[in-house]
Amino acid sequence: MIYLYIATAAAVLVSFLVSREKTLKALRIAYKRFVKILPAFLTMLVLVSIVLFLVPEELISTYLGSNNRYVGVLIGALLGSITLMPGFIAYPLCGILLKKGVAYMVLSAFSTTLMMVGVLTYPVEKAYLGAKVTLIRNLISFLIALVVALATGLFFGEVFL
Amino acid sequence: MKKIKLLLGFGYLGFVILSFIVGFEPGQKIAGNFISFSIQMLKILPCAFILIGLFEVWVKKETVEKHLGAESGIRGYIWSILLAGTTVGGLYVAFPVAYSLFRKGAQLGVIFAYISASAICRIPMTIFEASFLGLKFSIIRLLVSLPLIIVGSMLLGNHLERKRYQISEGAG
Repeated sequence: MIYLYIATAAAVLVSFLVSREKTLKALRIAYKRFVKILPAFLTMLVLVSIVLFLVPEELISTYLGSNNRYVGVLIGALLGSITLMPGFIAYPLCGILLKKGVAYMVLSAFSTTLMMVGVLTYPVEKAYLGAKVTLIRNLISFLIALVVALATGLFFGEVFL
Repeated sequence: MKKIKLLLGFGYLGFVILSFIVGFEPGQKIAGNFISFSIQMLKILPCAFILIGLFEVWVKKETVEKHLGAESGIRGYIWSILLAGTTVGGLYVAFPVAYSLFRKGAQLGVIFAYISASAICRIPMTIFEASFLGLKFSIIRLLVSLPLIIVGSMLLGNHLERKRYQISEGAG
């Protein structure tokens, strides 16, 4: 994270040295764009706060750990789609589940949909892409995640053809 | 619609405040989630938007058109995936970047590939993932998902290009 700040500060500084005017214009654009999308972000945060309360980590662990693998893949994909977690929470959780014996393909379905399919980011995505394209993009991503999960199962010897 | 949203927003705020007054634990947990996620985003979003602003004023439209535009072919997709690899945050950062790319003349397929790749092909995230689930897991995921992302984005992009679809400025 610290690199992001250093890189941003360096970029602003260099830009400022080259052209004060352009840099101020850039900052104005940044501010205007940020303010414009802020309502959508707030809606998203409200949704996130409620859904993460209803679907806490413990619940996710229990659901992913039970049942057979194929049902697990579907449950994992659904849970991954409707929740939102930063990587630094999600992957350690997956690591723990793996040690508990949860199949790779289930973790793959969960982590891939977690990152790629955004039910909770819908307000933000819709603001940029529009409702229809948002739905299509998420649907495609969901299907890709399922294929990735099956391929993972295949390579780890969890799927028997 | 706007009124309903505002009303719901105030309802949410009232519920949270009330939860703290009467000690209703679920309400407090929800507020905690809201705050911790807000902080995480505020750590990233200002930098992301400043970099977007700099991109808008310094990068020429012709440059983007040449490397990510209609004539860029498969190279455009490779660039967009490399760009996605260095993106921080995830999907919610990718959308405003996608809008900037669109304004500068990148083709839609390349933009969709960027969005998907920034969700699952970020380099720091992949390293982190591999440390918990193993390198084999990450490599399978990358090798299987990337071709699918490229093909999916191409189909969706070409389809929407014919319909003169526009990415909008992000008014919710």
